[in-house]
Amino acid sequence: MKGLRNYIDKIKPNFEKGGKFEKFRSTFDAFETLLFVPDKVTFKGSHIRDSIDMKRTMGIVVLAVMPALLFAMWNIGNLHAQSIGETWTFWEMFGFGLLKMIPLIAVSYIVGLSIEFMFAQIRGHEVNEGFLVSGMLIPLIVPVDVPLWMVAVATAFAVIIGKEVFGGTGMNIVNPALTARAFLFFAYPSDMSGTKVWIADLAQGHGIVDGFSGATPLANAAEGAMNKLPSALEMFIGNIPGSVGETSTLAILIGAAILLFTGIGNWKIMISFFIGGLAMGLLLNAFATDTNPYMALPAYEHLLLGGFAFGGVFMITDPVTAAQTQRGKWIYGFLGGFIAILVRVINPAYPEGVMLAILLMNVFAPLIDYYVIRANIKRRLKRVKA
Amino acid sequence: MEELLNIFVKSIFIDNMIFAYFLGMCSYLAVSKTVETSTGLGIAVIFVLGITVPVNYLLEYYILKKGALAWLLGDAASSIDLSFLSFIMFIAVIASMVQLVEMIVEKFSPSLYAALGIFLPLIAVNCAILGGALFMQEREYSSIAEASVFGLGSGVGWFLAIVGIAAIREKIKYSNIPAPLRGIGITFIATGLMGIAFMSFMGIKL
Repeated sequence: MKGLRNYIDKIKPNFEKGGKFEKFRSTFDAFETLLFVPDKVTFKGSHIRDSIDMKRTMGIVVLAVMPALLFAMWNIGNLHAQSIGETWTFWEMFGFGLLKMIPLIAVSYIVGLSIEFMFAQIRGHEVNEGFLVSGMLIPLIVPVDVPLWMVAVATAFAVIIGKEVFGGTGMNIVNPALTARAFLFFAYPSDMSGTKVWIADLAQGHGIVDGFSGATPLANAAEGAMNKLPSALEMFIGNIPGSVGETSTLAILIGAAILLFTGIGNWKIMISFFIGGLAMGLLLNAFATDTNPYMALPAYEHLLLGGFAFGGVFMITDPVTAAQTQRGKWIYGFLGGFIAILVRVINPAYPEGVMLAILLMNVFAPLIDYYVIRANIKRRLKRVKA
Repeated sequence: MEELLNIFVKSIFIDNMIFAYFLGMCSYLAVSKTVETSTGLGIAVIFVLGITVPVNYLLEYYILKKGALAWLLGDAASSIDLSFLSFIMFIAVIASMVQLVEMIVEKFSPSLYAALGIFLPLIAVNCAILGGALFMQEREYSSIAEASVFGLGSGVGWFLAIVGIAAIREKIKYSNIPAPLRGIGITFIATGLMGIAFMSFMGIKL
């Protein structure tokens, strides 16, 4: 370790102003801060000094996603074994899933980070750790059998159009991971839905057992096949088909606990998102008729189904795109959950509404903030006048 | 009643003037720098659409459409088709409505009048307004109530779009956006992303 530090110190002057490789300063800087804690301190103004920085924030989020990722690896193997009608050991399943996940993660990171580095070089800003999270979330919200080039294209779209043109990390108005997912969903719908894509190798037709269906519970529910839905416990544990990381509510809740305990994820948004979903579920229950059995689905099962938990814990809490005001956060989260379930049940075009509902709330978060601040100004003016 | 609500919600979210048809983009892009002025323009558009669509509906069904003059001329009217006049008639109605709005705004809010500048009289040639009238013609609403609800809903949808983009533009005002994209460029990109988000409502049948 010490040798590395010495080496970096030795080559550092080359990258500073006037040095030989001055142009590559941001690349050098990125690797240095990734390897060591930088000794830079704020030098003017008064600030609260804390060891939390972007690297640690993003690191904790990546850590919080780990349970969902590990569970996903097991689940990919588990579902594949079921589909070919064999019984595998735990490690066989896990290893199979590992081999499926590594290319997805690698493609997302390589494409995303190379674009980030390019932009940082050209525009002369530092490479931020922001993409470490987006790059981890993108593989978790796609179907396991998605072609890798599609992941690459979607990641490029999300990083360039969703983030870099707005000025890079911290300036984006929509969540980059969700932008990638929405791009895939609208550009290649046939690879993003149906009954084949959710199980590894099912599309290639590797000896499928009779009676095995790869349809997600949401797709079944949208068709009104309520008897095919897994039990609430299965949905909670998550050994069901779906996008890679979204299936296990349990694993996601462990991640939520990490985020909440460290204060990285905002509890107001998370809670209000779930309240919003529950409220819409109950509202739909009240209007349920025999002709639409989906509306009668118990509200709490909506929270376990599909990407709701994943969206509520990792997506809508993204501090950059969420509402910034405290009261705004309640409104933002609540509407997000509310619209997610509304789109999921009412809109026949999409089986899942979480992604689009969160994107919609991202877009309107600045407006919510604006009105919250306005209301606050009005209230305080009244107090002054009185 | 249910039908009216259906048309209202549909024209706000599903057939949104900006995000589904990209109509009325010129003033949408030009006036959306602050939420305050875009609120003013949005309300003006709601007002104009809410009045011109039903007025044009009456014109369409009692004067312009083939055989519409039957209430005046009896059977002789069945061969009279004045629909070639519809563009000019619709625009005349819209232009006079906009004149009215302009006078009202100038009288009651001179600051908003100054902020909107040329874009207030330009509502007359805003494609969202004429688009509203032409959609009304094309979709053949069955009553004046439906036409008014459609007009109001389209206006509200347009209002929502412009205040949404205005809030985003206020937020990204000081962002380090690449120089060639500053201003209108980034607004276009943001509008595209908003369009993706609005696709969540497409396909909903109430």
